[in-house]
Parts: sequence; structure tokens; C-alpha cells
Amino acid sequence: MQTKRMTFPGRWLPYALLAPQVIVTLIFFIWPAGQALYQSLLREDAFGLSSTFVGLDNFRRLLGDPLYLNSLSVTTVFAVGTTALSMGVALLLAVTVNRLLRSRNLYTTLLVWPYAIAPAIAGVLWWFIFHPTIGILPYVLEMLGYRWNHRTSSVDAMILVIFAAAWKQIAYNFLFFLAGLQSIPQSLIEAAAIDGAGPVKRFWSIVFPLLAPTTFFLMVVNVVYAMFDTFGVIHATTQGGPAQATNILVYKVYADGFVGMNLGSSAAQSVILMIIVIALTVVQFRFIERRVNY
Amino acid sequence: MARLKLEGLKKTYAGDVQAVKGIDLDVADGEFVVLVGPSGCGKSTLLRMVAGLESITEGELTIGERKVNDLEPAQRDIAMVFQNYALYPHMTVYDNLAYGLKNRGFKRDEIERRVREAARMLEIEEFLPRKPRQLSGGQRQRVAMGRALVREPEVFLFDEPLSNLDAKLRVQMRVEIKQLQRRLKTTSLYVTHDQLEAMTLGDRLVVLNGGRIEQVGTPMEIYARPASIFVATFIGSPAMNLIPVAYLKERGNGLLDDLPPDTDLVGIRPDDLRIQPPDAPHLVVESTLELFEAAGAESHLYVRLAGSDQPSVIRTAGQSPVAEGETLRFHVVREALHPFNSASGKRTV
Amino acid sequence: MVEHRPLGNALTHLILILGVALVLFPVYVAIVASTQGPGEFLRGTLPLLPGGHALDNYRLMWESGLSRSSAPPAGQMLWNSLIMALAITIGKLTISLLSAFAIVYFRFPFRLFFFWLIFITLMLPVEVRIIPTFRVVADLGMLNSFAGLSIPLIASATATFLFRQFFMTVPEEMLEAARVDGAGPFKFFKDILLPLSITNIAALFVIMFIYGWNQYLWPLLITTDPDYYTIVMGIQSMTADEGNTPWHLVMAAVVMAALPPVLVILCMQRLFVKGLTETEK
Repeated sequence: MQTKRMTFPGRWLPYALLAPQVIVTLIFFIWPAGQALYQSLLREDAFGLSSTFVGLDNFRRLLGDPLYLNSLSVTTVFAVGTTALSMGVALLLAVTVNRLLRSRNLYTTLLVWPYAIAPAIAGVLWWFIFHPTIGILPYVLEMLGYRWNHRTSSVDAMILVIFAAAWKQIAYNFLFFLAGLQSIPQSLIEAAAIDGAGPVKRFWSIVFPLLAPTTFFLMVVNVVYAMFDTFGVIHATTQGGPAQATNILVYKVYADGFVGMNLGSSAAQSVILMIIVIALTVVQFRFIERRVNY
Repeated sequence: MARLKLEGLKKTYAGDVQAVKGIDLDVADGEFVVLVGPSGCGKSTLLRMVAGLESITEGELTIGERKVNDLEPAQRDIAMVFQNYALYPHMTVYDNLAYGLKNRGFKRDEIERRVREAARMLEIEEFLPRKPRQLSGGQRQRVAMGRALVREPEVFLFDEPLSNLDAKLRVQMRVEIKQLQRRLKTTSLYVTHDQLEAMTLGDRLVVLNGGRIEQVGTPMEIYARPASIFVATFIGSPAMNLIPVAYLKERGNGLLDDLPPDTDLVGIRPDDLRIQPPDAPHLVVESTLELFEAAGAESHLYVRLAGSDQPSVIRTAGQSPVAEGETLRFHVVREALHPFNSASGKRTV
Repeated sequence: MVEHRPLGNALTHLILILGVALVLFPVYVAIVASTQGPGEFLRGTLPLLPGGHALDNYRLMWESGLSRSSAPPAGQMLWNSLIMALAITIGKLTISLLSAFAIVYFRFPFRLFFFWLIFITLMLPVEVRIIPTFRVVADLGMLNSFAGLSIPLIASATATFLFRQFFMTVPEEMLEAARVDGAGPFKFFKDILLPLSITNIAALFVIMFIYGWNQYLWPLLITTDPDYYTIVMGIQSMTADEGNTPWHLVMAAVVMAALPPVLVILCMQRLFVKGLTETEK
């Protein structure tokens, strides 16, 4: 990895400059991660007085636990739903905004600010809108003949959390799609128009393929978001319910470890989550490297 | 002001790459020396070693009476003008000029006096409150000069300072730098790849190639007696023609008999190839005119020697005597021949 | 621009207006709800037009909060959020600037090792190591403190990388000129590098302030003393009493919780977009 052609001399100074970051990293990142790894191989007795080494038994149990497998599939549905919904809406909005010249900035301003809303707040907002007795949407749905109740229906609950999580993420995806669209040379679109492609054809044959790097990048980022940053959405609304229907992995780690005090299992879950994050990060960086090489 | 002395300077990079392979050079007090050579010849590295921006692997560097090998750039009492000017974009012109003085703990009014003085000399007084980005290329160049000037250093170092300017401005700044140096009489080391710039600016030239000195001398010495084939073709434009001695002898030119025996190549400057036969004894060479290039005050005739693939250039005033494709006969006097040995690359006399 | 038909333009605006409406709708509902009196919700559905109790609701929440929940007044929680967000932001910026400076402008043994060590933090979000991290903070006696709220979150691989990236684009000659001008590492950092980085710092400030303000899980874990509750996590405790939630007051708190970061984005939109798109590359 490069430095500058010329650097400052100094034997201790660089270490002193790195020290704050490295100390925080070691104490609050590396050490706890090591602890999680270690804990995942132990099992504590009921009173937390002694622990025994059980090897990979915690993992074996976990992968045989229907509740954990349920959580895995719930997380998958939630991540795919959130990603698809927020990226779809964002792409549509970005493509339309990109057609405009004068009002582009106005629309952009109106569309980007939900990025600032905390997931937990987004959750509370949609919880309120979907509130079975006083919410507006259930009222409308009832007129259409659907009785909404996210307290009892697992489908309704899943839709609620997906809406809340996706809504907040539209702004992010929108900005990246817009930047991606603006980097497509106008001459390509004009060339396609001269070649006789209509607007729809132009989009699917020129614009969409050229957006593929952005789309792929956003897919990874959105999956990471849905898996790890949405704890607040779940905790502030359904708390994993009803009947485990929205108990995504990060919520389950918290609930099992912090509320249920099952340390071995929670640590094993942490380790599995770390492996997922590492895999996603590697995918993301592989991809960035490739993009740089273009 | 000070004498600058380089003794056996070497620079070796990691992986045993030798950028500078032993340079000895003595720059007299107040002298303007230009380091010239093609890119990659080590001239910039050498300058940066003098500045203290590159470490010295071997050898000794003396400024004035001090050995400065291990001193920080700031302690060497040098000032440098960078190729891209390296002005601090967030500071005003005034602050750019003052920064080095402030760091050295000068008093406020002394800084003020020096900055005003330098600005007056360079005619940039009106730009003092502006930021670099509000200036044109030429104005930035002056600010960069000013930053060196205010320091009143022992030695000025210039790293291709004119290469980012357009042709017209470059000529103008060249003249100004020369005048300024004459006036201040500060020892100066100037790097360029432009042989014309080198010729016009330097009291002495140092032609570098492959990390070594090819030749040191005044511009006219180097032009008149290039020490090697490299120098011969690098200095002067269009470049010197090189013609094998064997080719000329074949054509029965007895004039060449007194050349040293190891001479197998002669160099002839384009202006020494005459279309009109001179009075003195001379060689006659036949060629085909391939292209005629009129450049205003002078013209260039690109020819190919008869019975050979050898291309050559003739510089002349006025029009071409023959049409393109026709035979052209030209003449060279004995004194215009620069004898070389192609194996060693050196001049033979 | 390739041809634009009037019909197409109308459709464009229609789609966008629908999109904006979708995005704005939840917040509109929240604002309307926060202006209602306590009785409005008993009648069933929420009215769609603002009521007249805005001032009362906001003042009540600001000054005394919800008496039935354990949350302190919103004013205090907002203050806590501000301190936490600023501490996280300034902490992240400071230590990232210093590390990037060390990595780019010095050569020293184990440089690459430290670079990777910082990089690894990207792969260990707090959500995946909740319990051991909580333990560390508890062992250090940092529960219920602003230090505990902020310090464990200030390591930042993204900011370090961004600054590293930016420092690499600063022309080499800038450092060389500064050294000829007699500037050592500290002077160079303070006089040249920091002023040159100011846009990047501002852009990251926006992103990190929002990150800090919106922390939820972390304050939830390490604060049990309401004096340290932040607004984003405090709201959750107000809705805990199912069926009996005073929604008009909760929504007033929601609006207050969302307002600061939203204002930051709206006022610094250009910096925000820059910070967002550049940190992710």
C-alpha cells in the first residue's frame, strides 16, 4: 500500500497518532469479538457459575433449532423484501427525476431527507399508521374489505416492518441511482435513439445494463442494512412477534443473550452473524476492486 | 549566497534501482547552472536530493561551508520553485509568501517588508489578497517565484518551473527569471528537459543521461563541441545529423583522412549542410529531397542520402532550390564535422 | 436530452409527486397527530387535518415528558442525544484524521497491520457482538455515562479510508513545499492538511452526526438511568404501554427526535450527498 513519495521522519509519532483508533478498536471491537468466539465454544450452567467447553455443540444445536431456522428464513424474506421494495421505488424515482432539468433539485431535496430518520423512529411512524384501531391505512384497507392486524397476522407484521425499513432506505438508493444515471454519457442514449430505440427499449437495453454496477453495489449495501441496521425497526414495533414472525437474526441475538441470558447460544449466533458480515464485505470489496479496474 | 558542491552523489532506490550514479559538480557563488536531460535521466532526483526532499544514498553535499546531507530541507537555506507551483490553495497569496517566514519565527513587520518587496519585484502586489485559484497560470508562476524570493536563501532550486505555461508565456518568464537571477546573484540550480530553455538560461549546462553527467560546460561550449553522441543529438534543434564515415569515404571524400582512426560516425548540424558550395575545401553529398518544411525565418529540408536509407535534415533560410522528390546536392566544410565513435558514444577529438 | 413529449413530462411529474407523497406521508401523519388533543384518538381514526393542541403537546413533552413511562422530559433527552451525537462525530473525525495522517505521511513497521486492524472494524458491527461488548463497557464502569455512550462507537474504518483516499490526492509538492518552508508534521497537519480537508470533514460530519444521533441499540443496552436516555431510544419506552399509548404526545416526541438530523440534511444537502456517495466508494 502506498504512502507519499516523501514521508516525515519519526519513530514514535506515527504510533502515537494511531493509538486512539487502535486502542478503541482493540478494546471495543477485537476483544469482544474474540470473547464471542470463545463463548460460542462454552456452555454455562443454569446459574452461570461454571462453564464447560463444548466445542461446536452450540452451533450444532443452533442449526438444529427450529426457532433459529425460522429466524434465518424470516431474515431472508425481510432482507429480500426490503431490498427489492426500496430499490425498486428508488430506481423508478431516480429515472423520472433524471428526466427533469429545472425541478431536479427540488424533487431530490424532497426525497432524500428520510435518510436522517432513525430506523426505530421509522418503525414507530409506520406502527402508528398501521395501528389497527387508530391507524389510517387499516381504516382504508377495511373499506376495501381487508381486516389488518399486525398483532395477530404474521403476514401483516412482516409487511409492516418491510415498509418501515424500506421507506427509510429509499433516499439512500435514490441518490446512488441518480448518481449512476448521471454518469451514463448522454451520447450513448442519443446514439440509441438514432438507432431507432424508443424510450422503454432505451432504458432496458442501454441504461439498465450500464447501471448494473450501481445496482449490484446497492443490493449488497441494502442486504447489509436489512440484516444489521434494522434492529430498531423490529425492537420499536413488533419485538419479533407475532409468534416469531419478524424475529430477524440481530433481534434474536439480542433477545436470546440479553433478555433470555442464553450466553453460549447467543455467542454462537454472533459468530454466525460475523461470518455473514465478513462474507458480504468481501463480496462488496471484490466488486469495488473490479469496478476500479474498468 | 554560497557555493554549492556535489561530490559523488548517488541515489539508490529499493530494489537496487540506481537513479543517480555518482555526480560531481561545483556551482560557484552566484552561478546559474541548468541540469538538462531527457525524462528519467535523474535530473529531478538530483535536484530533490539537493533540496533535501530525497535522501542521499552516497556522497557529500555542501552548501556554503556546511555539509548538509542529513539536514531537513528547511535547514539547508534553499528555496524551491515547483513544477506545478505547489501553492497552498487555502491561503491568500500573501500568506503563501509569508508561510515559510512565519515558520522561521520572523517578526511581523519583517515578513511584511519582505513580502511587499518580493511582490513589487514580481509585479504581483495587486494579487496579494487573492487565493491561488483566482490567478492565471503565469500569475501563479510568479507567486511560486515570490515564495522562493522572500526567503532570501543561499540557493534557488527550480524544478521545471515553466513547463506548465503556454509557449509565449514561457519565453517571457524565461527572460524574467534570467534578469532576476542576474540582479539578485543568488546561486541557482535549474532543472529542465527543454534544451532551448537550458541554453538560454544557464551560465553553465550539465547534460545528464541515465543518472550520469554526459558533459558540463557553457551553452556555447556544449553546442560547439558536444562530448558525446548523446549530447550532440540532445542539444540543438533540429537535432544533429549523424552520418557513417564509411558512407562518406565510399563517395570518395578524401577530406576525411585526417580524422582519428576510431572515428566511424560524424555529426553535422543541420545549419552546416550548405546548398551553395562554399569556398573552403568541402564534402559533397547527393540526396533526395523528401519533404520541405517552411517555418518562417528558416526552412527545413528533410532528405535521404543517395544510395542509403540515411535520413538527414538541412536548415536553411529561404526557399527550396528543388522540388520534393528531386535530387539535392549539399556541401559540408571540414570544420563542421563532429567526429564520434559509435561504440563508445564519445567524441574522438 | 433526447426528445421530451408533453405527455411524458406530465407522467414524470405525476410519478414524482406520488413518490414524494409516499415519502412525506408518514411524517405528515405524525405532525398532524402531534397537534391533536387527547380525546381525538378515542373516536377511532385519526383526523387528516392539524388540530389546535400543538403548543400544549410539545410544551408538555419538552418540559415534563410522559409521566407514566420512565422517560425523562424530551428536552433533556434531546440534549443527551446532542451530546452523544457530537461526541461520536467529533471523536470519529479526530481519530480517523490522525490515523489517516499516520498511514499516509509516515513509513513505519507494521503500517499494513494497523491498516487492516482498522479495516476489520467494518466487519464487526455492534449488533453482532452485543453481549461481550456490553460486558467490556460494564467492566470498565462506563454504563450510564456519556463516555460509555460514545467512545465504543468512535472507531471508524470508513472515515479513515476516506481521509486516506483524500490525503493521497493531495499533491506531493504540497508536503515538499511545506517542508522547504520549515513546517514539521504538526504544522503541516494543522496549517495545510486540515484546511485542505475541510469539505471532506464537513461532509463526513453530516453523515456521522446522523449516525450518532440515530443510535438505538447501544444506548438501549448501556443506559438504565433515565438521566442518560436519548430521544431515539426514549420514544420506544413511551409506546410500551400497548393500547393506552398517548399517541398525540408520542408523535410530538417523534417529530422532535427527527427534526435535528433532518434539518442537518436539508441545510447541508450538497455536503450530505458528497459524504454519502464518497464514503461508500
